[in-house]
Amino acid sequence: MSLAAPTSKIALRISLSRDDLLMRVGLVALVGVLLLIVALPLWALLAKGFEDRDGHYVGLANYISYFSTPALFNSALNSFHVAAVCTAIVVPAAFMYAYALTRTVLPGKWLFQGISLIPIFAPSLLPGLALVYLFGNQGFFKGLIGGSIYGFDGIVIAQVFYCFPHATMIMVTALATADARLYEAADALGASKIRVFFTVTLPGAKYGLISAALVVFTLVITDFGIAKVIGGNFNVLATDVYKQVIGQQNFSMGAVVGMVLLAPAALAFLVDRLVQRKQVALLTARAVPLIPKPKFGRDLFFTAFCTLVSAGILAILGMAAWGSLIKYWPYNLSLTLANYEFANFDANGWESYFNSLRMAAGTAIVGTALMFVGAWLNEKTRGFGVIRGIVQLLAFLPMAVPGIVLGLGYIFFFNAPNNPLNFLYATMAILVINTVAHFYTVGHLTATTALKQIDPEFESVSASLKVPIWKTFGRVTAPICLPAILDIAIYLFVNAMTTVSSVIFLYAPDTKLASVAAVNIEEAGTTAAAAALCLVIVVTSAAVKALHLLADRFLLGRLQAWRRR
Amino acid sequence: MGKTSILRRVVLAGATVLAATGFGGSAWAQKTKLTVYTAIENEQLEPFKKAFEADNPTIEIAWVRDSTGVVTAKLIAEKDNPRADVIWGLAASSIGLFASLGMIEPYTPANAAALKPMFKSGKNPETWVGMDAYLAVLCFNTAEAEKGKKAKPTSWADLTKPEYKDSIVMPNPASSGTGYLTVAGWLTIMGEDAGWKFMDALHQNVAQYLHSGSAPCVQAAKGERLMGIGFDMRGATEKTKGAPIDLIVPKEGLGWEMEVTAIMKGTKNLEAAKKLADYSSSLKANEMYGKYYAIVANPTVKSMPVNYPPDGEKMMAKMDVEWMAKNRERILAEWTKRYDGKSAPKAK
Repeated sequence: MSLAAPTSKIALRISLSRDDLLMRVGLVALVGVLLLIVALPLWALLAKGFEDRDGHYVGLANYISYFSTPALFNSALNSFHVAAVCTAIVVPAAFMYAYALTRTVLPGKWLFQGISLIPIFAPSLLPGLALVYLFGNQGFFKGLIGGSIYGFDGIVIAQVFYCFPHATMIMVTALATADARLYEAADALGASKIRVFFTVTLPGAKYGLISAALVVFTLVITDFGIAKVIGGNFNVLATDVYKQVIGQQNFSMGAVVGMVLLAPAALAFLVDRLVQRKQVALLTARAVPLIPKPKFGRDLFFTAFCTLVSAGILAILGMAAWGSLIKYWPYNLSLTLANYEFANFDANGWESYFNSLRMAAGTAIVGTALMFVGAWLNEKTRGFGVIRGIVQLLAFLPMAVPGIVLGLGYIFFFNAPNNPLNFLYATMAILVINTVAHFYTVGHLTATTALKQIDPEFESVSASLKVPIWKTFGRVTAPICLPAILDIAIYLFVNAMTTVSSVIFLYAPDTKLASVAAVNIEEAGTTAAAAALCLVIVVTSAAVKALHLLADRFLLGRLQAWRRR
Repeated sequence: MGKTSILRRVVLAGATVLAATGFGGSAWAQKTKLTVYTAIENEQLEPFKKAFEADNPTIEIAWVRDSTGVVTAKLIAEKDNPRADVIWGLAASSIGLFASLGMIEPYTPANAAALKPMFKSGKNPETWVGMDAYLAVLCFNTAEAEKGKKAKPTSWADLTKPEYKDSIVMPNPASSGTGYLTVAGWLTIMGEDAGWKFMDALHQNVAQYLHSGSAPCVQAAKGERLMGIGFDMRGATEKTKGAPIDLIVPKEGLGWEMEVTAIMKGTKNLEAAKKLADYSSSLKANEMYGKYYAIVANPTVKSMPVNYPPDGEKMMAKMDVEWMAKNRERILAEWTKRYDGKSAPKAK
């Protein structure tokens, strides 16, 4: 024994180190890619915060002048206020909704799941337009709210609609993977329902809850589209960026506000690190999945709750659908299909829609591969802590960057005459790269969450069987994570269909996107046509999602059978 | 196998994306492709392109169109490696900024002599030539006025009457060029002191400062607000579509802005760019502008688009473009301090 141990240890280290080396090289390459698509373009713009308008270095002068303006402080307070309120509404609601989907017996579960996703299929223009139709000064239900929809209330309602699916998706992932043995044990020990909830359910979902809160908070803080349409005079940081960059072409000040907006992301990163340290794999090799049993009172309550939430979502979507058919709101309410003849409102007509499809497909394919392989490298590489920390930080950045900042940064970086990559500028490829970068965070988080749930035993066993790590990746890890991989692909696709703020700076004559066209059409006053284009986008993404669900069922049936007892 | 297939997918996807970007496209086509940045209205893009290409069959226009603010920001951001050949239809103040940054190729187009002096940069050779002028008018919803028994205003001073409380929208000058020219117009007409005093009083009646120059007249047209101060052409087209609005030119006069044409320094298609600049200042082109705008650069064009206020041109304030550019930061800072900082959500 004492003789055999050292030799086997050496043999093990040698066989491992080839894998380790491979993965470390991969990880360094990943850092390189992330630097190119996230950090350097971002810095290309943020560096302007330290320059005056003529490009001379001025140190912190811009920051000092910005922080001494009372308007900023006001905007920052407003941003935090609105983000905090939205988080406080969305996270508990999403938790309950996800709980209903995963832990209760819900009639028509697939339908509720589908409806909860609708907001993510819609450009952020849509809830704003629908709210004006519903509660605006000419709205059908303007009497229901005690004041003007323009301002704080409007932003909160629209943001809650918009952020709900993001939080629900994270909570479903967190609640879906429970070990039934824990509940059986609690039951056997005679723990009360409330005690089980606080000692088993909640701790298991803790990481999901915190992630959901961070995602919602930063989404609200950085989103500009909603504040622009429905925000009234309620100034937020994102509208400040718009004023500086679009209104006054003052990139220096825009960069300063952009930097301020990174604060929540830095916070999110720190919190995430702290929480992750305590996170353990839920789905150990011996875990037994939890399958909810019918229980009348509980199921009735959650069915009612989900019906209520779904009704709210459908009301907003339905209003937009009706609005898209109205001839001239509010003076001629007769219906027409003319608003779907997009060539009458935008020179590119339907062409921009097909550009969007191409862009979204490219983003889904390239982005999913990069994010999943990247997250895998980051999770499974042993040691190399500093580099892994850098990957984690770079992956978190995009979530907190307002699209305007990222888009302009892309111009400065990818259009620089001395950048060898500048052939990419003004092509479809730059739109794909930009969108992958913009939505990197959630894809990375989803992949990481999925990978964390796999017991490291799989790798250890493979390693001791001398199976190269990439074979384990291809034969075990990727198939196990296939649902998550599909989720990431769909997430990227639907976001690519709706994204505006960053790509608006990057499209070329032949690559205009439908989401940008919708904003242009709305600005030109043809609200109904803008609503129509938003709906075409919603229907497309919903159709793609429906295909995904079918594929999921088929693949889950074949590849995920082991999850069942 | 898993890894190779993923690698293959990445490569394939990359190839697809590259193919989709048009590398196989019209690179060897006969025509010169001219990249033209613009902020003209969407419905003008096709007719403008067709008209120019009919006269210049060897040149093809590729538009990049967005709102004035986005196009201006994009052009400045691209300064070190310009992608545009020509700017056809962007605010004169933006081009003035580009000229001061050395981004414009000076060129006096063939037909420049025929244009009104106001529609030229005044430099030799010209840095830009004008196409049309637009005004910041008052769009007044008559249907809502009837419901609320509100009188129709005829002057800016009328707007400060208490009966219009919370019923006016105008563009935020910090977000919108139209907003700035409106404010600068008031300061020009009334003088600084009286101008700020007027805006203090107006502020009491403003329901919201919007982020675009088109939005105020659109909101007035849809009855969302009683009236909006904004871009004239948007009001006219909304009226044509059936909106119950009147376009009012207040009797004190009003602020305005021009749309102009300029050539980008460093363009690889200078000859074609000059052809477009020549065309843009031609009588033919001016007649085309006249279908959309009441005030165009060529004095012989006398056309009045549908639903346009007839007396706009003579009411244009004597705006000093250089003064406007030089004092922009100061005015916006003052405006923001007075009206934007304290914009807590107010109950209507």
